[in-house]
Amino acid sequence: MKDKAVSSNRAIRQTLATYGGLMAAIVVLAAFFGMFAKNFLTTTTLLTMANSIPDVTVVAVGMTLVLIAGGIDLSVGSVLALSACLLGWLMVDQKLPLWLASSGAIALGACCGGLNGWLSATFRIPAFIVTLGMLEIARGGAYLITDSNTKYVGSSLGWFSDPIAPWGVSASFLIAISIVLLGQWLLHQTVLGRTAVAIGTNAESVRMAGIRTTRPMVTLYAICGGLCGLAGLMQSSRLSTVDPNSGVGMELSAIAACVIGGTSLRGGHGSVIRTFFGVLVISILQTGLAQLGASDPIKRIVTGGVIILAVLLDSLRKRSAV
Amino acid sequence: MLKLDALTKDFATRAVDQVCLEFAPGQVHALLGANGAGKSTLCKMIAGLIQPTHGTMVLAGKDYSPRTKRQAQRAGIQIVQQELNVLPTLNLAENLFLSDLPNRWGILNCRAMHRRASEILSEFGLGHLDPRCPASSLGVGQQQLLEIAANTWQPTQVLILDEPTAALSTPESQRLFEKIDRWRNQGVAILYISHRLAEVQTLADRISILRDGKLQGTWPRGELQQHDIVAQMTMPASPAMSASPAMPASPAKSGSPAMPASPAKPASPALCVEQLALRPKVRNVSFSLRAGEILGIAGLVGSGRTELLRAIFGADRATGGSLRLAGNVPRPSFRSPNEAVRAGLVMISEDRKADGLLLTESIAENIQLPMLDRPGLAGFGLVRAGHARRVAETYLQDLAIRCDSTDQSVGTLSGGNQQKVVLAKWLERDGNVFLLDEPTRGIDVAARERVHDVIRKLAKAGKGILLVSSDLDELVGLCDSIGVMSNGRWTARFSGPNYDTQAILQAMFAGYSEP
Repeated sequence: MKDKAVSSNRAIRQTLATYGGLMAAIVVLAAFFGMFAKNFLTTTTLLTMANSIPDVTVVAVGMTLVLIAGGIDLSVGSVLALSACLLGWLMVDQKLPLWLASSGAIALGACCGGLNGWLSATFRIPAFIVTLGMLEIARGGAYLITDSNTKYVGSSLGWFSDPIAPWGVSASFLIAISIVLLGQWLLHQTVLGRTAVAIGTNAESVRMAGIRTTRPMVTLYAICGGLCGLAGLMQSSRLSTVDPNSGVGMELSAIAACVIGGTSLRGGHGSVIRTFFGVLVISILQTGLAQLGASDPIKRIVTGGVIILAVLLDSLRKRSAV
Repeated sequence: MLKLDALTKDFATRAVDQVCLEFAPGQVHALLGANGAGKSTLCKMIAGLIQPTHGTMVLAGKDYSPRTKRQAQRAGIQIVQQELNVLPTLNLAENLFLSDLPNRWGILNCRAMHRRASEILSEFGLGHLDPRCPASSLGVGQQQLLEIAANTWQPTQVLILDEPTAALSTPESQRLFEKIDRWRNQGVAILYISHRLAEVQTLADRISILRDGKLQGTWPRGELQQHDIVAQMTMPASPAMSASPAMPASPAKSGSPAMPASPAKPASPALCVEQLALRPKVRNVSFSLRAGEILGIAGLVGSGRTELLRAIFGADRATGGSLRLAGNVPRPSFRSPNEAVRAGLVMISEDRKADGLLLTESIAENIQLPMLDRPGLAGFGLVRAGHARRVAETYLQDLAIRCDSTDQSVGTLSGGNQQKVVLAKWLERDGNVFLLDEPTRGIDVAARERVHDVIRKLAKAGKGILLVSSDLDELVGLCDSIGVMSNGRWTARFSGPNYDTQAILQAMFAGYSEP
């Protein structure tokens, strides 16, 4: 009995140590905007926010996995657009059922990601360069499929992002939350996740331990790409259209969320749940500042400052810990 | 000119012990010693790279105690280290003058620089090269000469050359010797380190020999024969030293692997290596290792010992040769460590921080690392954290790893305990052949004994063990037989338990005197 209390105490303390800082930051931000923006702490605002973040969240989860393994994926935004455009083409032009079209979109995303991983791991090309190339290729592909036009996909996708009656949050949001939890589980409880952390910490040690490094890297990038496909689906559903211009700059928001969540760009260190908190911080800032009437330039300046501040605090904390 | 007085340096152990030496202008003073005798440490102290624990140096009548390499250079002391420090992307002239690029307000004075560079290069027989071509276009020997040139074009009073001929061909070496003669005539004091005893005997005016950090003496040219030198590097220590580690170990050692194991399975080889090559470091090495045998590999630093193990393990792709594992048909060398581990090989590498451990991860995670890829476990297989901890705890007990818990990150452990974690992870993975590269480097005596115990136990359990060590006494105390690598070749094999350490040392130097 007592043992249990002690161990649950320790679990709480550990949870606080891991997530406390970010949670506090979110509470402070929310309180600040709640005080100064009249409509911020209302159900409508919070639900709107919740229903607008699933796509970024899902992409950021994939990005976290790749970053932890010491890689990076700059092509996420373009792969998202490409998958969405394939989805539109399959549904509208090929009249395929929704389940088949969405599977196709996610599979295409996974293929793009897998190709990223295979090229960079097998031929030792820096992931930065491979995925930069993929960023252009996938964007070009998206324009090609849609003839550079926005395509209306109709309401058959709508249920995905419509609020579910009693709660007001969408299916997308619930799926995104599940993906976050699944991602955290994958990272800590599966061989793939531990291998990813190990490769990110010291790839040479992993190789010398007789572990193959190519296959896990390909898998991780494929997961990241598949999640981009899913995000494309979510976004198309929210906007009822597929747009070859969608997802521009998504890679930077996703990396920003990871970084605010304390994921190291050098690999070996990070957490999917903390990335989700990072997404929340950015979303609260954007919405809150908009409600305060801040202009777009100001929003960008403040968001940029917050990213640097988050990393600064993290590095100061680590320095004091050592 | 330069006088060392009771110069001493302590690391974990005493590396240089009360060395008193004097270097005269216009003389080549050779410094000889086996691995770990303290030559490099002594040189680094003189060159300001590290500071002595105590003792003093006097340069031209003035007290000399450099804190940095730059201070030493200002005082006229230059060192050419064993490792190449040439920057491949910069051109020859830039490499030469990197410490002091000729410029005016930050703008390079290219014409003067190239003219001066051509002059300097031609002094080293590199006059035909364009100083504007990148250093990466040079061969290893030419890069070595470039490096020597870069460290000697400034006025120099004392010049330290650490293994300058290791990478040089015979004509290149001749060039260097001519240059050394010129420096000698200019009154430079030269401190010369080399494994090539023949070259030392013709070049050096005086020879000093270090053993275990202590100066054994200084002799003028011609007074020592080659076997005298080898004797001085090893002799009085070896009977005493080889007896002492063997004594506590003798019941386990001389009893187990040699005597009872050999009648049981006398001719069952665990690993046969045929003509294995990793150019240019390993040249056609062949040997066989029996199950239950501890085969030591002796050799000087850079003789190709580590490269041999890496080639066997597939960490580097061998350029030729084949392997045969326990009763199987010969097969080409492994293409990756993954293949090797699957075939039952295990390797503990020399540098545990660079490629052995995940320093920021926990003890339990590190021990599980090689298990992440065991057959039958797909990528989405679940990690059993509780199991990992329990496994780790048994090793904490068995190997006496000192730590707070199995969750402690490995980077916070002491060197000896880190090494035990490396051992634990490979014991957990298990294999038939263990390749051990300097498994006791930099760890204390107690940890060392533990590691030795583990090695003996493995041999008793019928594993084949290949043990590389720079510590000859360790090899003598532990191994059933000792092979010697010298300059990339397998020059000799001795069987125990009574070794002739002088013969082993002779063999370690043997590969360098051949053309």
